[in-house]
Amino acid sequence: MTNVATTVQRRRATPARPPRPRAAEPGPLRRFLRTHWYAWALTAPVVIVMSVVIAFPFARGLWLSFTDADRRNVSTRIGENVTPATYEFVGVDNYVAILTGDVGDFWARLTWTVVWTLACVACHFGLGLGLAVMLNRRVALRGVYRAVMILPWAVPPFVSAFIWRYLYQGEYGLFNAALRGMGFPGVEWLGDPFWAKVVVITINVWLGVPFMMVALLGGLQSIPGQLYEAARVDGASPWQQFRHITLPSLRPVAAPVVLIGTIWTFNQFPVIFLVTGGGPARSTDLLVTYAFRLFGDGTYGVASAYGMVILGLLLVLGVIYQRALRREGQAW
Amino acid sequence: MRLIRVVGAGAGLALAVTACSGGGGAAEGDGEVGGTITYWDTSDAENEGPAYEAVIADFEEEHGVTVNHQFEDFDDARDRFDRAAASGDGAPDVLRTEVGWTADFASLGYLQPLDDTPALDDVDDFLDGPWSSAQYEGTTYAVPQVTDSLALLYNADLLAEAGHDEPPTTMDDLATVAGDVSEETDADGIYLHVEGYFLLPFIFAEGGQWVDDADERITINDPEAVAGLENALDLMNSDAALSPDLGESYDVMMAAFREGDVAMIINGPWSMGDALGGPAFEDAENLGVQSLEAGGPTGGHNYSVYAGSENLETAYAFVEYMASTETQSRIAEELGTLPTRESAYAAPAVEDHPIVSAYAPVMEASQPGAWIPEAGQMFVPFDDAYEAAVLGDVSPQEALDGLADEYQALLPDWE
Repeated sequence: MTNVATTVQRRRATPARPPRPRAAEPGPLRRFLRTHWYAWALTAPVVIVMSVVIAFPFARGLWLSFTDADRRNVSTRIGENVTPATYEFVGVDNYVAILTGDVGDFWARLTWTVVWTLACVACHFGLGLGLAVMLNRRVALRGVYRAVMILPWAVPPFVSAFIWRYLYQGEYGLFNAALRGMGFPGVEWLGDPFWAKVVVITINVWLGVPFMMVALLGGLQSIPGQLYEAARVDGASPWQQFRHITLPSLRPVAAPVVLIGTIWTFNQFPVIFLVTGGGPARSTDLLVTYAFRLFGDGTYGVASAYGMVILGLLLVLGVIYQRALRREGQAW
Repeated sequence: MRLIRVVGAGAGLALAVTACSGGGGAAEGDGEVGGTITYWDTSDAENEGPAYEAVIADFEEEHGVTVNHQFEDFDDARDRFDRAAASGDGAPDVLRTEVGWTADFASLGYLQPLDDTPALDDVDDFLDGPWSSAQYEGTTYAVPQVTDSLALLYNADLLAEAGHDEPPTTMDDLATVAGDVSEETDADGIYLHVEGYFLLPFIFAEGGQWVDDADERITINDPEAVAGLENALDLMNSDAALSPDLGESYDVMMAAFREGDVAMIINGPWSMGDALGGPAFEDAENLGVQSLEAGGPTGGHNYSVYAGSENLETAYAFVEYMASTETQSRIAEELGTLPTRESAYAAPAVEDHPIVSAYAPVMEASQPGAWIPEAGQMFVPFDDAYEAAVLGDVSPQEALDGLADEYQALLPDWE
């Protein structure tokens, strides 16, 4: 840095050479492009693809959320049957209808979605951290344990969903067979709203713990060993070491993965859709699976508004979370 | 990237919207039968599939065409066809449409009008009920394939063991007999499948209906319908019934009936083959069929041609062949399904077929459906409302009031 600064100063100090004449001073845009054209050329494909696959559908979804579009009034042209579009702009009617609970069962779905997200993320983090701490020690066959632990993550969610569904099956499932074998009556796992909720949370926890574990394990390995040595010299107990070294040092890793995990869980589609289909009596439908159901019913306007409300909730969550971290001196 | 991921969550939904408004394919053929067509079959691939595969193979050989015969899960087929047809991508040339879907798809412009095409042949031969389901606003959009309705299926041995040589004919009798079976035998009296369509016989028995399409009135929360639901719940919650498993209600019903763990169920002719495969009915005579008090809903399936088909001539020829008297008789003989043509019943093998003859009085008693475009969307909320009432989350009246509100949203001009 100092070199550059001195060079500039030296140039300024020698005005003897007259400035080279120029045709015209380039505008700020020109200058900007001249300096950065290479960067723009490199990012152009991404920018174009992003605008096609995200910006355009997003804008269209936003527009539809202000209309009364449904499967009967959008335009279709099939063979000789041509139906013109007749849907209309209705302003914020869809949003009002959703937030007042007139359509879409919004508050009940939101309550369950929040319960589901908190329960799942708390278990992901707690179990993930526990496993990460265990695997961070020097134990025999550590590599094997790590590979086995990561397995649920590698299995496609739909495969896991079907396997679990089979295990919980009322008549022939393994869990009920075990219960009956021990002399208890079987439980109607998927037919009872309470147990169905327990089942989907269990499955999602099983699916999500490996990700959390791997992320936290990475965080644990980046904590310098000297900190623990120093603490031991000072006579800190293992719990004190965990409380005052491990947890604070993990925060830069834990904070983003918890946010990502929260968003993923909030929008977790396959587990609910494939295991319970939202039933019984809609009790396990999350906001996203319910929005999908609205699309299935062909109420595109309302469904788009529903999607926008979900997006809004997550944006608000993200902003609050980031603010909270920044207040604690964590920028990421 | 973080923001992009968040935005992407909403955009994914938005993408689904744009997928629903694309253009359709062109409908043009060279006027000759040939080439390849795709047929989506929603019948039971395991029990019914082989019989259909055999007749389709004969059609292929006869006309030198290829039929891409795909079995689609009945529960998903409506949504999948809806999406495929609306986006103009991936829809089959010919589709098996449930009677309740036909008007829906026709009103959306998905189906090819079939009047004056080779697909329709000897139309006066079709039975009135199924034929009416193929019409929408004076135009024919489908050709009836099979018809059906719900009846009481019973295990005659178990009923006899409980002291009843005759099956019950009214809903009151049904409760009595079910109670006796539960007391006198090791089996339970009855299992009720928790799905709106299967509740209809109870509503009919009280003189109710789900909608009254003549007067354009929503009647699902009328006192008669509420009384029907209450009767079903009372029966289900009594000692006479095996309590339902909402997770897999249908499968549990069939398993319990096949095994002889339950003496009576309410189901259609499509389930007879499944029931007869179980140990309780090794002697087929043991399986009885009895009309319900005020009949069941008229069900069944039609053949429809997708308006965007690029091989309409072959699709017409295929539909004509599949709905012909010969094919219907052949299928009925093998599977015991109920033909939609008068003439198809003439063959002795059909007329005397145990299932067909058992269901003849059931069809006499069955109640015609409301063939309105919205019917296709009326089942899912009905199922949800029924489940909620079974769980006891809401009273029968509240469940049906909520359902009536949802129907009102589908049918804004109705009373």
